[in-house]
Amino acid sequence: MSELADIITSAEQAIETATDIAALDSVRVQYLGKKGELTGLLKGLGKLPAEERPAAGAEINKAKAVVEDAIQARKDALESAALDEKLSAEALDVTLPGRDADVGGLHPVTIVLERMEHFFRSVGYDVVEGPEIEDDYHNFEALNLPAHHPARAMHDTFYFNPNLLLRTHTSPVQVRTMESRKPPIRIICPGRCYRVDPPDPSHLPMFHQVEGLVIDHDVSFADLKGTVVQFLRVFFENEDLDVRFRPSYFPFTEPSAEVDVQCVHCLGKGCRVCGHTGWIEVMGSGMVHPKVLEYSGIDSEEYTGFAFGMGPDRLAMLRYGVDDLRHYLDNDLRFLEQFR
Amino acid sequence: MKFSERWLREYVDPQLSTEELVEQLTMAGLEVDGFEPVASEFSKVVVGEILNVDTHPNAEKLVVCTVSSGEEELQVVCGAPNARAGIKIPFALVGAKLGDDKIKKAKLRGVQSFGMLCSERELGISENHEGLMELPADAPVGENVRDYLQLDDSIIDLDLTPNRSDCLGLTGLARETGLINELDVSYPEITPVEPTIDDTFPVELGNPATCPRFVGRVVRNIDLHAPTPLWMQEKLRRCDIRSIDPIVDVTNYVMLELNQPMHAYDLQRLTDKIVVRQSAAGELITLLDGQEITLHDDTLLITDGSGPIGMGGVMGGLTTSVTAETKDIFLESAWFAPTAIAGRARSYGMNTDAAHRFERGIDWQGQVAAMERATELLVAIAGGEAGPVVDTIEEEFLPKVEQVTLRAHRIERLLGVAIHDSTVDGMLSRLGFPFEKTTVETGGEKETNWLVRAPSHRFDIAIEADLIEEISRVYGYNTLPVRTPVAPLAMPKLLESDLSLSRIREQLVDRGYQESISYSFVDPNVEALLDPQNVPISLANPLSPDMSVMRTTLWSGLLKSLIYNINRQQDRVRLFEVGLRFTAPSNVSDLSLDNINQEKMIAGVACGTRHSENWANDPQPIDFYDIKGDLEGLLALTSAQFEFNAASHPALQLGQSAEITRDGELVGYVGLLDPRVQKSLDIRAQIYLFELKIDLLTTKIVPESALLSRFPEVRRDIAIIVDRAITAASLRKCVDSAEIDTLTNLKLFDVYQGKGIDPNRKSLALGLTFQHASRTLTDEEINDSIEKIVASLEADFGASLRN
Repeated sequence: MSELADIITSAEQAIETATDIAALDSVRVQYLGKKGELTGLLKGLGKLPAEERPAAGAEINKAKAVVEDAIQARKDALESAALDEKLSAEALDVTLPGRDADVGGLHPVTIVLERMEHFFRSVGYDVVEGPEIEDDYHNFEALNLPAHHPARAMHDTFYFNPNLLLRTHTSPVQVRTMESRKPPIRIICPGRCYRVDPPDPSHLPMFHQVEGLVIDHDVSFADLKGTVVQFLRVFFENEDLDVRFRPSYFPFTEPSAEVDVQCVHCLGKGCRVCGHTGWIEVMGSGMVHPKVLEYSGIDSEEYTGFAFGMGPDRLAMLRYGVDDLRHYLDNDLRFLEQFR
Repeated sequence: MKFSERWLREYVDPQLSTEELVEQLTMAGLEVDGFEPVASEFSKVVVGEILNVDTHPNAEKLVVCTVSSGEEELQVVCGAPNARAGIKIPFALVGAKLGDDKIKKAKLRGVQSFGMLCSERELGISENHEGLMELPADAPVGENVRDYLQLDDSIIDLDLTPNRSDCLGLTGLARETGLINELDVSYPEITPVEPTIDDTFPVELGNPATCPRFVGRVVRNIDLHAPTPLWMQEKLRRCDIRSIDPIVDVTNYVMLELNQPMHAYDLQRLTDKIVVRQSAAGELITLLDGQEITLHDDTLLITDGSGPIGMGGVMGGLTTSVTAETKDIFLESAWFAPTAIAGRARSYGMNTDAAHRFERGIDWQGQVAAMERATELLVAIAGGEAGPVVDTIEEEFLPKVEQVTLRAHRIERLLGVAIHDSTVDGMLSRLGFPFEKTTVETGGEKETNWLVRAPSHRFDIAIEADLIEEISRVYGYNTLPVRTPVAPLAMPKLLESDLSLSRIREQLVDRGYQESISYSFVDPNVEALLDPQNVPISLANPLSPDMSVMRTTLWSGLLKSLIYNINRQQDRVRLFEVGLRFTAPSNVSDLSLDNINQEKMIAGVACGTRHSENWANDPQPIDFYDIKGDLEGLLALTSAQFEFNAASHPALQLGQSAEITRDGELVGYVGLLDPRVQKSLDIRAQIYLFELKIDLLTTKIVPESALLSRFPEVRRDIAIIVDRAITAASLRKCVDSAEIDTLTNLKLFDVYQGKGIDPNRKSLALGLTFQHASRTLTDEEINDSIEKIVASLEADFGASLRN
């Protein structure tokens, strides 16, 4: 049966050299078609003696299977190559920018405000807001700042008429809350405040404040310190950040304290940001003055409280390295787009 | 307040460097703003005397001086205009160091010069460089200038809080420094001046509630031309006060030393008697500095037979002031009630050292001592004969020594730490607060109470909390314990229907908007353009005219920011802002919180291309539907129904603006900036704007899930032709009115106007989806429904089907 082996060899060669599906098909016809060589051999079986036919038939069928498999394999390879070619023609420059990727961003002060709110909400504070046009009573008088009090000089106030003004701090929101809620009170009051300060790198006539107020049966200066220190450490993400308290004076707290944080820029070594002192003043705080509690109808013997107030504009400056407060209100896209 | 460190150290001298002292004061609540040496570093500068001045052979502007250094006579070339024989000056010898400069032998235009004669600036004493610094005639030639002028000193700038008026004087500061360092203070010894004449001048306390004490004294035959001694001039200068004449200098000195403002009247110009009284509105006074003031009715006046001669506690008057000819004076050392002085100077646009002290409160027991001190100093400098000290006083109107009770348990409760009784005793003693101790039993518990009397120089000790502050200050704020507050873990009430503002913000950010923050006070002209119907609320004291009214719309600030960016080559801008707008009825005469509406808004502006410049898109300009789409995305967060209807708004172009309502309530506006307004604002680009009331966005509908049908849905598309004026919303309403229960969706997927259609009409393509909840719909049913819809469209709008 060397004839059969020759046919397989020549068929395999023909399959190998077929470079497209059509050529391959003609190879198939040549060997396996109705008039193909292997078909012809099968047809010629009848000429063999009957006892040889089964064995010879099996040989021929085996050869047929070998050729069929070779054709199928070659067909798969040719199809796959054709697909590869087609796909490679569809190749893209994946480094070109995608469509419609325009995304905006939040104002840096909002980012800081939202972080602050998040910290305080997570431990049970409510966020309370109030009017920005206020009356003298809520902005000053109920905070133990009667008319002509020298401390009013620290609040250069925008007025509409002698009784109506733009709030100089968010403390009036605390007053309004104390008037309407019973202790325990745990709130922060974020919002815009106004003072007659021409804009310069470190002053704006409109700025933000976040004030906090906690009133309960046994709230002490130790709780104030704990709250303030923890907040500053989580805010600046520095567990070892030094915080110090200095005696100060606010008519609405007694005792009162200014809070300095170790300069987050030089870590206390002294630099331009901290005026070479290693410290940065970040908030005022204190124990709520008994008169302030009484003004709002809270028994100062039964309850004590602490309050603090800080400037998110300034915190954002420290956090993001902003060098001039006026950037916040210019709304230059080149500035804003740095914040997401 | 600026003061000389060296002066403080005369009274109490802790072993601390200047830096340490400054830090200590700051940490005690007396905040130091800064400090600087009174002179720069220098050495080998002595008191020199110019013996002779010759012209310079080669230079017109230079002279050749012969100067005595005490040890030798040296030739020095000098260019100062005031160089003249006989004056004493700082003389930097050869080898002297002035900062980084070293003085060497030099030849100046051919003449040898051995050293340098110095100006104040060259020694770092002041900025004065107009000529040589002239030293007093009695300055000892050859003495080191540093020692002679006591220049090893710093000027410390203290930013005192209003409660610590007791530290506005050097002795008060010394008391506080002694307290912190547990050191005794050596206060200045005051030697009373025995009267040598009997002259007095009558004083009447016309309003003892405001001025209960007026100490006066006549001093005659003063030599006003006697020079103020250098040590006093230098101390005054280092406290930022200019030397004038012995009388003014002495009264200023006593104010700085003892914290008692004083005033001197020219006795010859006083008439009748002094009466202290309240002003009547409209009275006139001419003050020392020459300004004439029309008084309000709330001002304390010092008057004599001629009328007002001083604004009490603020400033003296011109008519009775000391002049160059004055020989006899009447000195005043008074106590004015803080409430009578507070705010008065400010109300006339003034601020004086005296008012600053009186309105905060000064020691009401210090007037006589201050008078004795002033007389002692004045007589020593300028001679004169003093009369007796006359203390006109209404005791019952002086402040009372309040007794304040301090309870042990309150200390612990407020500070979070129990402080031992004996420690409290020690602290009160160090503070100089006299006290008595008692034991009180409340509810079976015994505790110590301290009955404390505030000293007369402290005006900030009225209640227990004030004492606790003092205790905590002495204890040390940073030594007090730190505690994490503890509270019950109660669940907060969080409503699912609350849509948070931050989610609303994020939605706009995700659609490409950048958040901005702008001033709440804006330019009234821009307001008038954008919102002519609302009269904005005006500030009485704006910073500038373009920041003088409260915004009635956030658009004023947003447009300003937009213009700012357009002017910086940004042609595609998307900004939004969240904040209050302020409106009041225009006819209101008495503005109050009751008639002002402060409403929280969210507003945005957009201009430029739809997408930022990109290889993949044609740069299409945005149109109304881009902004509407942004808003629909935002409103969808609520799951509520909002309606957009054509509206007219003075700032928006008619036909390209809509009002948005929720359940009939106006939420806000969206549209294209009217081209006339755009031109007035000098903007070239087309601007789209929106502004919505946040309150109507922050409630969302909590979902209620509907059953999903398992049966196939069928979609049929129809095209109809209607008049161009027919809106999509009315079409939708009309389809709804056909009440086809199985119609589950209606899509308007094409709008066509143009060729093949009547120019007054348009073709709309509607995609109708039908589905039944419990069975498959038949073709017949669907055709029926479509017929009903078409019939209803025909009836309402004369619609015809397009083939």
